[in-house]
This record gives sequence, C-alpha cells and structure tokens, in this order.
Amino acid sequence: MSKQEFTIEDLKRILLEGAGADEGVDLDGDILDADFEELGYESLALLETGGRIEREYGISLDDEIFTENRTPRTLVVAINTYLGELASAA
Amino acid sequence: MSAKTIITGIGVATPNGLGVDDFWAATRVGKNAIDRITRFDASSYPSQLAGEIRGFEASDHLPSRLIPQTDRMTRLALVAADCAFEDAGVKPGDIPEFDMGVVTASTSGGFEFGQNELQKLWSQGSQYVSAYQSFAWFYAVNSGQISIRNGMRGPSGVVVSDHAGGLDAIAQARRQIRKGSKLIFSGGFDASICPWGWVAQIAGGRLSTSDQPERAYLPFDAAAGGYVPGEGGALLILEDRQSALERDAENVYGEVAGYGSTFDPKPGSGREPGLRRAIEVALADAGVEAGQVDVVFADAAGTPQLDREEADAITAVFGPAGVPVTAPKTMIGRLYSGAGPVDVVSAVLAIREGLIPPTTNVVLSPDYDIDLVTGQPRTASVRTALVLARGYGGFNSAVVIRAVD
Repeated sequence: MSKQEFTIEDLKRILLEGAGADEGVDLDGDILDADFEELGYESLALLETGGRIEREYGISLDDEIFTENRTPRTLVVAINTYLGELASAA
Repeated sequence: MSAKTIITGIGVATPNGLGVDDFWAATRVGKNAIDRITRFDASSYPSQLAGEIRGFEASDHLPSRLIPQTDRMTRLALVAADCAFEDAGVKPGDIPEFDMGVVTASTSGGFEFGQNELQKLWSQGSQYVSAYQSFAWFYAVNSGQISIRNGMRGPSGVVVSDHAGGLDAIAQARRQIRKGSKLIFSGGFDASICPWGWVAQIAGGRLSTSDQPERAYLPFDAAAGGYVPGEGGALLILEDRQSALERDAENVYGEVAGYGSTFDPKPGSGREPGLRRAIEVALADAGVEAGQVDVVFADAAGTPQLDREEADAITAVFGPAGVPVTAPKTMIGRLYSGAGPVDVVSAVLAIREGLIPPTTNVVLSPDYDIDLVTGQPRTASVRTALVLARGYGGFNSAVVIRAVD
C-alpha cells in the first residue's frame, strides 16, 4: 500500500535521514527552487535519497529522476505524478 | 640530500584518551582502559574484553552530512584530523592543495558500517542497502574523506598491512615528502568492535580469552595468552622540515629519521623471522647506532612464540637488557593499523617529557633478556626512540623517531 502524497516536508525529512544537511544550508529556509547541488547534495546523496523515497512509498523511480528534476519543487511534483499514476492504475 | 620529515601535529583517539593531553595524562601513569565490551552483547563469544573508546559522539564534532556516510573508524579519523590541524597551528587552506596529501593505513576498513548494510541486504533486500556502502567500508575511505574535507589533493593512498600498517603509512608519507610534498597526513585508525569484526578477529586465533581486564593482555609475561583488541588510532601531520620552518611551525615533536620493513620467511622454513633485519635497516636508514637508541616501543603481540621472536630480535640488536623496552598498548589493547602511529605519539611525548610510559600489568618472564619498563613510568633522557610493529601474515616494520633540536 503506497502513500498518496509526497510533500516538501517528506523530502526534507528523507534528505536529513539519508544524507544530513550541509553546514550553512537551512533546509527550513526557502529551498524549493534551489538546485540540489547548491544545497550540498551530490549524486551519491541523491541516489541514497531516491532509494529511501522508493522504499518508503513503494515505488520505482527512473534513473533520470534527479537529472531531470534539479530542485526540490520539481522533484516533489514528479514524485507526486508517479504516485498519482500508481493510484489511478490501481 | 633528502628532505627531513618532521612531526608537527597530532590527532589521537584511543580508549584512554581523546587528544594529546588526555592521551598522555592517562598513558604516562599507566591507566587501564581494557574492559568488558559494551558496544554489543559479547556474552556468547569466547573473547569478551576490548579497549573501547567511550563517550565519543561524532555528531558533537562533525557536520550531519558526514554522519550517514561514515563508519565509526572514519568519524574518529576525521575528528583526529581536525585536532591535528589545530595542534599544528595550520589551516587546510594555508598550504596549496596539491602540496598536501593523505596516506593512512587500515586493517579492516569500515566493518561496522558494512555489517549493518549486509544485514539489510539479507534481511530486507538490496534496495535497502545504503548508497554509501559503495565506499564507507573501503580501506582507503579515511584517506579519501580526510582529503575531501580538508581540500588535500596531493599524493595520497592507503596501506594495508595489519598491525604494521600504521608505520608503513608513515614511511610512505615520508617518501612523498622527500619527493616534494610539503605536508602529508599519516597514521591509521581501526574500529571493529562489532559482531562481524569481532568474529573476524577471533578467527585470527591470537585473541585472549581471559575475562580479567588486568590479566588478559600480558606480553612478555609467563602467563601471556593472546592479546586484547582495541579501537582508535592516531594521525600525524608530517612536514618537510624546511617548509615547516618557513611557516614558523609552533610544534615540532620529532623527526621520522629511519624506517625498515621486512617480511617473515615461510612458516616452517626454519629461517630467522624478519624483525631483527627490519630494526637494523631502520637504524641504518637513520644513521643511528644501537647504543644511541634510548627506548624501544615493542609490538608486544602477547603470544609466547611472537613474544619470543620479538625479544630475540631486540636482544640480538641491543644486547641482553641493552635498552629500555615498553609496551603502553597493554593499557588499551592492540589497535591494528592505529597501533604504530599511537606508539609514535608516545615516543615523541617520551622525548618531550623525558619519561618512558610503562608496560602495565605485566610481570616480565625470566625467559626474556629484555629491560621491560613495567609497573611505573621511568624517567630517562630520550633522544632517539624505536617503534616496532608486526602484522598478521608476516609484516615487520620499524621506525626511528629522533628529537629535533
């Protein structure tokens, strides 16, 4: 059973659990349109984050999910799109 | 003329002290840190004692970005690296990034991290394994993480030769300084007091099964019956002497003056073990006569045969009871790749203070003709120290540390 909605709060929590936060980066600040790289998350941190999202939401993400979605805002939209497709297929 | 390699900064984390002052305050008086394992339930294992570092909270020292991607040994090494920079009075950015490198040793890599991920692999599935498993367990990870965190892009690497590795890393760092690097971080850390690491160590066949902290690790004692493992190690900042003078280095602990390493002959060959030759090569490399050595920090394997070999090598070079010998690792256990660098730290502090720390708990067996410093520390003028380390599988290494005027 997968959850229905993925929020920015979910993303922040998963980022913190899987990869922590860089010094000088406030995840509670205005990060929605910041590039993940600017926030200090390199490819491996994003791979770990993607794996955690997949496990928690019972979904399988494309390898390109983070190359196509460089900011928290677009990533949250993309994941919700997956979740929506999953729900309507069910 | 080769460049001189000097020690200008120390970061140390051992079961009896974090930082130079704590470590030396405990070591000089022989404070025991061997006790029952608390990091996991060891009650079903034949060996239940270890030298554990207690009260170390990595998140007090390191940013949260580093915590999910590091094993305990790497966290200890990163904190020690920060301490060493501070001790040396130099900041990472003070020296060009390609003039600074990192050469560390490792015996097991990040065993505890690896254990956790393997447990997830077989109990939950591959998708539960951390992406950081790709490097967090790896032997070279301490060199890599220190290099990344401090912007050190000069010659770097890792040496894997068990208990001898920490000395071999220092020797490799010295080579890089001779080739032109200004500053190299060197040393070793191991921390494998977790179930998987523990069974691997037990499988080596040399662990003490005693349950008495004061009677478990007794090198050169008639009751020697194996050793107790410990966790931790030390990182040294090694600098080219000229370069250190130019930046007015505040702390000059000593010179890495000589090094020798050999490999034991095939077991059963009847040929002499390699340790004596390693000592002789190191003394010759330093241009030091045996009579000029003021103290030997022993490998102190703690099994009758290995103790016999080491005592014979020392007696062959220095004569019967010809030099004070000590093994302060009896307080903390054997730290694998961390052991040699920690003994080098003890050696430079012995030079600085004129005091040889004791071999604790041991009553010297009359079978050995060595002058073992037991019970109490011994005051002595120490100008030149020899540090020995032997690794499982036949590694013998010796380093000569000399006072710098």
